[in-house]
Amino acid sequence: METNLCVAGFGGQGVMTLGKFLASAACDATGKNVTFFPSYGAEQRGGTANCFVVISDGMIGAPLGDVMDDLIVMNGPSLSKFLKTLKPGGTLFINSSIVEEGDVDREDVKLVKAPVTEMALDMGSAKVLNVVMLGVYVGYTEVVPPEVVWETIEHKLGSKPKLLPLNRRAFEAGLKLGREQR
Amino acid sequence: MARVLMKGCEAIAEAAVRAGCRFFAGYPITPQNEIPEYLARRLPEVGGVFVQGESEIASVNMVYGAASAGTRSMTSSSSPGIALKSEGISYCAAARIPMVYANISRGGPGVGAIQPAQQDYFQATRASGNGGFEMLVLAPSTVQEAVDLTYAAFDYADRDRNPVLILADGVIGAMMEPVELPPMKTDGEIAAIKASKAGWACTGHKLDYANRAWIQPGQWDTAKMQRENERAAALYASWEKDIQVEEYQVEDAEVVIAAYGVCARIGKSAVDLCRAAGKKVGLIRPITVHPFPRAAFDHINYDICRAVLDVEMSIPAQMVQDVRMGVKGRCPIETCLCSGGNIMSREAVLSAVDAILAR
Repeated sequence: METNLCVAGFGGQGVMTLGKFLASAACDATGKNVTFFPSYGAEQRGGTANCFVVISDGMIGAPLGDVMDDLIVMNGPSLSKFLKTLKPGGTLFINSSIVEEGDVDREDVKLVKAPVTEMALDMGSAKVLNVVMLGVYVGYTEVVPPEVVWETIEHKLGSKPKLLPLNRRAFEAGLKLGREQR
Repeated sequence: MARVLMKGCEAIAEAAVRAGCRFFAGYPITPQNEIPEYLARRLPEVGGVFVQGESEIASVNMVYGAASAGTRSMTSSSSPGIALKSEGISYCAAARIPMVYANISRGGPGVGAIQPAQQDYFQATRASGNGGFEMLVLAPSTVQEAVDLTYAAFDYADRDRNPVLILADGVIGAMMEPVELPPMKTDGEIAAIKASKAGWACTGHKLDYANRAWIQPGQWDTAKMQRENERAAALYASWEKDIQVEEYQVEDAEVVIAAYGVCARIGKSAVDLCRAAGKKVGLIRPITVHPFPRAAFDHINYDICRAVLDVEMSIPAQMVQDVRMGVKGRCPIETCLCSGGNIMSREAVLSAVDAILAR
């Protein structure tokens, strides 16, 4: 069993952090192999950014596959760029605050909608939209146990404990939304 | 030992620290910046020294100096930066100075592209500077292997009193993967390594002109210079025993993929997919790209092998010349290539294999 995930969005949306948290949790929690590969180049705040996470029971060949099992899209431009890489029957997670459902021009994929920008703003900080989306993804796929993902987030934010309550709320809200759409 | 998720560049840096590297000088360039970034913080923690030089040439020469004083020393860069370091590397080779450097390679020639490529194969294996010197060139295809080879590289360098090159592409440098780190060399072990170099290194000799250390990147006396070249040639010939290669499902293969670095792991996963579909495909993966494991190609059954498929992120293909010397005309050699910062696609490898099998 191998899961190829692509996470794409604007620079500054925490796309890389989302991928790293997930990869780190997979490394800590499971005996599985995992790779994280960031796109790099002219990435900048407001530009596009994307990363690839592969979680597998076996050896991982390419850290970025040609065909994705799951795709997380945080903004409109990423949808048009990456939707074609999603396999038939794959799962598309969209930030439905800014990605139009009507722009998803494929019938052969599962769609999980999460208005993560609005949810994050309601919680008081736009910055946690990536943690909300991570919750949605983990809640929906259970590719890594949610409690382990939270322990990873807790560990990574260890030097900034005052950020923990907000991130906890963000992660829980995402988990709930993801589970509801299973 | 628990596994930790590390980026290739950071894992190389940590492995160097654990191997006893206590001096690093470098200059920024993508995609290897995480090596100096990591060591800028890490080396002072262990009593080591990190310098960001004013240029690549300055930093490689600082390493030349530090290693001349017996300290395990390292530099790193990416393709065009490695080209700038070539003078210093050649001087280290001439003066018999052990040092380790890493090329986290990107597109080329010239300033090229900052994305991953394997466009520096000839530079790494044929001429990393003037004068026809050679080095052990180690090419990891996982982050774990990058750690293990970096750790071993310092031992090779000291054993041979010669530079050792870690040739990793930008994918290996930028990707994160779980690794188990090797043990940290103790201060006592590091001191013993340094002490073992007292016979030649500038470690602070008494005012004894007859026996003082003399770091010399060349000889004015032609007879001495020839003797140095002969001694170096004998060293290079001794590396046959150090050749490392992975042979995967080669014996009954109708197509054998030859690939190193990131292309090898992509190729290996292609082999697994082919085997699951009943297609007899194998892989030869050089781990030392210099010296090249030519003998591995003698293990192919040429009665059934239709072609060797050389897979590289380089256009034109470069390693294919070494593959050709291994195959020695016993079967056709085909290539599956990309370049410019594009990363090898497994689909492309599978299509190339299918095209050979369909004939």
